[in-house]
Amino acid sequence: MTALPLILTVFVACAVEAIEALTIVLAAGLTREWRSTFQGMAVALAVLAAIVAALGPTITLLPLTALRLAVGALLAVFGLQWLRKAILRATGYKSLHDEASAYLREVTAAKAAGISSRGRVHDWYAFTLAFKGVLLEGLEVVFIVITFGANQRNVGAAVIGAAAAVVVVAVTGVLVRAPLAKVPENAMKFAVGIMLTSFGIFWGAEGAGVAWPGQDAALLVLVPVVALVALCYTLLPRPRRGRSPAEPATEKVVSS
Amino acid sequence: MRRLKSIGAFWYDFVVGDDWRVAVVVVAALALTTVLVHAAGVNAWWLLPVCVFAALGWSLRRATRS
Repeated sequence: MTALPLILTVFVACAVEAIEALTIVLAAGLTREWRSTFQGMAVALAVLAAIVAALGPTITLLPLTALRLAVGALLAVFGLQWLRKAILRATGYKSLHDEASAYLREVTAAKAAGISSRGRVHDWYAFTLAFKGVLLEGLEVVFIVITFGANQRNVGAAVIGAAAAVVVVAVTGVLVRAPLAKVPENAMKFAVGIMLTSFGIFWGAEGAGVAWPGQDAALLVLVPVVALVALCYTLLPRPRRGRSPAEPATEKVVSS
Repeated sequence: MRRLKSIGAFWYDFVVGDDWRVAVVVVAALALTTVLVHAAGVNAWWLLPVCVFAALGWSLRRATRS
């Protein structure tokens, strides 16, 4: 398999997470102060880079079969989580992710919080808001980079895809100076869920000892089939009027 | 102890999410595939996709009912 599908998948997955992190960073920087926000962001990025540097080379030392079995299982479970939420959003059982309203929530909370300084950090609230936002969204990026990169024995290509996504989103955010609410984030999450689930199935089954018909070319069939099944599930009956999609009966509100 | 619990809860929510049954189905399907391939000599490439699609449908049905 060439590195291009790997880079593209990681790029789209990381762009979604970077957009969410950007919303939090903008809320902290524009309503509080930029210096503490950048400090929080820099520390979070350093932690994430350290995790990739430590886990990336270590995980590639594992035997490929065991690695594919474990990573395939993790990716399939993780991808199904994304796909499930995306389908629930598409069918109206869960509220759509909206960067504009997420930004407003963060801004309101940031304006209400008092200012306290610790050590070299002037505004502790801005620091922790940026740190937590970048770290939590970044952990999903790290997970995808390490699992995809290790399985393809090409962590470098995965890092390139992730770094490119972060740069593109950051530059766009600097130019626009507003949350990227017009990006079709929900559709991107749907696509990422399809890719994560497909690769999880493919690698997991390979790790279990399966020989896929057509070998790597099986992915060219598997991805459209997963997409088709997911699209069929979006044809589920819609919730009746009067029920708020933001408060589905069995759903917790989480970020991805 | 409380910190360990919260770290565990974070990683559980991070990987497994809202429906643990999906994770159980995936792991069981992989275990069954391994047994079929290595013990029975069946190249069961179809088993995991079928189980994944069924688990997704089951989970969505549970989430959208009531």
